[in-house]
Amino acid sequence: MVASNIEVWQHATVVETSEIATGIRRIVLEPNRPVKADPGTHLDLMVTIDGRPERRSYSIVDASPDGRRVALSVFRTPASRGGSIAMHALQVGDVLEVTQPLQNFPLRHGAPRYLLLAGGVGITAIVAMARALARVKAEFTLVYAGRSRAAMAYLAELEAELGDRIRIHVDDEGTTMSVAGLVEQIAEDTEVYMCGPIRLMDAVRRAWNDRGLPPQQLRYETFGASGWFDPQEFTVRIPRLGVETVVPKGRSMLEALEEAGVDMMFDCRRGECGLCEVRVLDLAGDVDHRDVFYSDRQKEARAKMCCCVSRAVSATDAPAVVSIEVS
Amino acid sequence: MTDTMPARQTSTTHKVMPHPLNAWYVAAWDHEVTRTPMSRRIADRPLALYRTEDGRAVALADACWHRLAPLSMGKVVGRDGIQCPYHGIVYDSLGRCVSMPAQETINPSATVPSFPVVERYRYVWVWLGDPALADPDLVPDMHQMDDPAWAGDGLTIHAKCNFQLVLDNLMDLTHEEFVHTSSIGQEELSESEFIVSHDERTVTVERWMLGIDAPPFWLKNIRDKFPDFSGKVDRWQIIHFEAPSTICIDVGVAKAGTGAPEGDRSQGVNGYVMNTITPETDRTSHYFWAFMRNYRLESQLITTQLRQGVTRVFGEDEVMLQAQQEAIDANPDYEFYNLNIDAGGMWARRIIERMLAAEGRSARMAPAAPASSMTPVRRTGA
Ligand code: FES
Ligand code: FES
Ligand SMILES: [Fe+2]
Repeated sequence: MVASNIEVWQHATVVETSEIATGIRRIVLEPNRPVKADPGTHLDLMVTIDGRPERRSYSIVDASPDGRRVALSVFRTPASRGGSIAMHALQVGDVLEVTQPLQNFPLRHGAPRYLLLAGGVGITAIVAMARALARVKAEFTLVYAGRSRAAMAYLAELEAELGDRIRIHVDDEGTTMSVAGLVEQIAEDTEVYMCGPIRLMDAVRRAWNDRGLPPQQLRYETFGASGWFDPQEFTVRIPRLGVETVVPKGRSMLEALEEAGVDMMFDCRRGECGLCEVRVLDLAGDVDHRDVFYSDRQKEARAKMCCCVSRAVSATDAPAVVSIEVS
Repeated sequence: MTDTMPARQTSTTHKVMPHPLNAWYVAAWDHEVTRTPMSRRIADRPLALYRTEDGRAVALADACWHRLAPLSMGKVVGRDGIQCPYHGIVYDSLGRCVSMPAQETINPSATVPSFPVVERYRYVWVWLGDPALADPDLVPDMHQMDDPAWAGDGLTIHAKCNFQLVLDNLMDLTHEEFVHTSSIGQEELSESEFIVSHDERTVTVERWMLGIDAPPFWLKNIRDKFPDFSGKVDRWQIIHFEAPSTICIDVGVAKAGTGAPEGDRSQGVNGYVMNTITPETDRTSHYFWAFMRNYRLESQLITTQLRQGVTRVFGEDEVMLQAQQEAIDANPDYEFYNLNIDAGGMWARRIIERMLAAEGRSARMAPAAPASSMTPVRRTGA
């Protein structure tokens, strides 16, 4: 199936907004140039953060068949870079600049069986897939893991709609998911679609590769929003250019360097393409690799990082400092 | 797209008909698709077609994810893969990247569109619309193509016209009298009655000409079965259209008065003209045809003669269709008008228009873009 990434921008009016789980708001938009939204699509939209227009991506949770109403759901991360705060502040009647649906995570029809795996707010990318598969009576299971029931958006609806096709894991009920156990049981012809925190996705990917399952059957989407550590403020230096700047908690290293006037190369800004690569010359602290571009081996070497998502972190009170070279 | 173009409910005579996307179209003859990838534009989408090691036909968009190099110039690798000829990215038969030579991981977005494929009736069929609707049961019935009770063969015409013009041509055979004068034409064609019927997906036009002289093509055929035949024949043409673009025509002649109209065709010869038209662009089509017969199955000579005979006949149509398309394009301010003989073609048009409407597209709209593409308006300075 097609992954289309031709951007068509339009206006969309907020017609509904409500808190549907702890920290998660559902926001329904009416775009002025609606098109059908397939499962796996997302919208990019412009939000204003600290007076600056910034671009954010959100999965389309559900949409009317003609695409006239499109629902997103936004988790207000404790370590928000500002996007989710702005999204939570939206009111009915507000108008946003949004793209028509963009596709990076297409659901293929016709696989013998499917496993959908959602961690936390990652469910937003998975809901439409579950419904589409249920509609065509495909063989699938949705595994949905979260911290607490109250924090799990769409849980009640999905339980009601999917019956025994859904399996729930809730940390505070002591039913935390075992990734090893899950991957071990997967039949070889299963296609997996997952979205969730990077730790979960990394663990699944490792178990998947260890079992020697076909890598192309593990489909996932990342918006580069989560890491192994909570974001910290750190300092980045480029000795050759005499640049030194602080990367605040709510900004990416790429953004901080751009603001410092460095001419940076990038494309996806979500840790997939590797174009924003910087070479690490010196490091006080550690690297929190949040990309999917490098292999484990490369990540362990700490010699390069994708600065659009990855960060420096410190285990002590002294903030991390990273010296880099850029292309 | 749709907001500027109010649907016109009434007209069924579009000069350039858009093609439905939620439909199976023939992409190639089975023998054309091999382990050497080939390129063909189907329904305005360039496709790379190849077979996996175990013989399954695959249709991928003919443009690499990376820099859009045509995958059809690449080579097959492994069990079901194809390698881009430019920087070596390998995709599997679902269009998913399985190897990115210059890095240790695979970008999760790296896919090329893969289209559902069904192999049936000696053809490779593809579905370019919503894959959730790609039901193999919707492949039009062309069973004579590989039924042991029938023998024959055919070819492909690259018709330089909109696919609907070919359908119009086949739905009304009175043109035989004027276009195919030397082979199958005769004046009884435009003089005889015809009966049109339809349902949701099909249209039938039935015409009988009783007690006539057999035109040259049919005289030869009936003598292949009854070498001493002379005299009058009863001739039939029963045109079966199945949406969106398959037309199988039950044709034949029998010795006059031997009961063919009542169902006894034993004193005659019966052929099926199998036609399925695949839009290539809005002004060109791949016209796949074959002539199947249910007598003298053992004779390769007759198979070859019929294929050559029909090639000549269809060559005459091809000239007319191209000239018609050129005249349409040269006269953009003139409309089509209809005759009573167009009834079969008009039902086919109406069924196609309903398919377009079900896809949310008006038949008046600009030609189809495949389901997943969107209007390419690029935002500057995002
Ligand atoms: S811009 Fe693509 S990985 Fe950073
Ligand atoms: S264009 Fe195909 S790998 Fe670069
Ligand atoms: Fe003809």
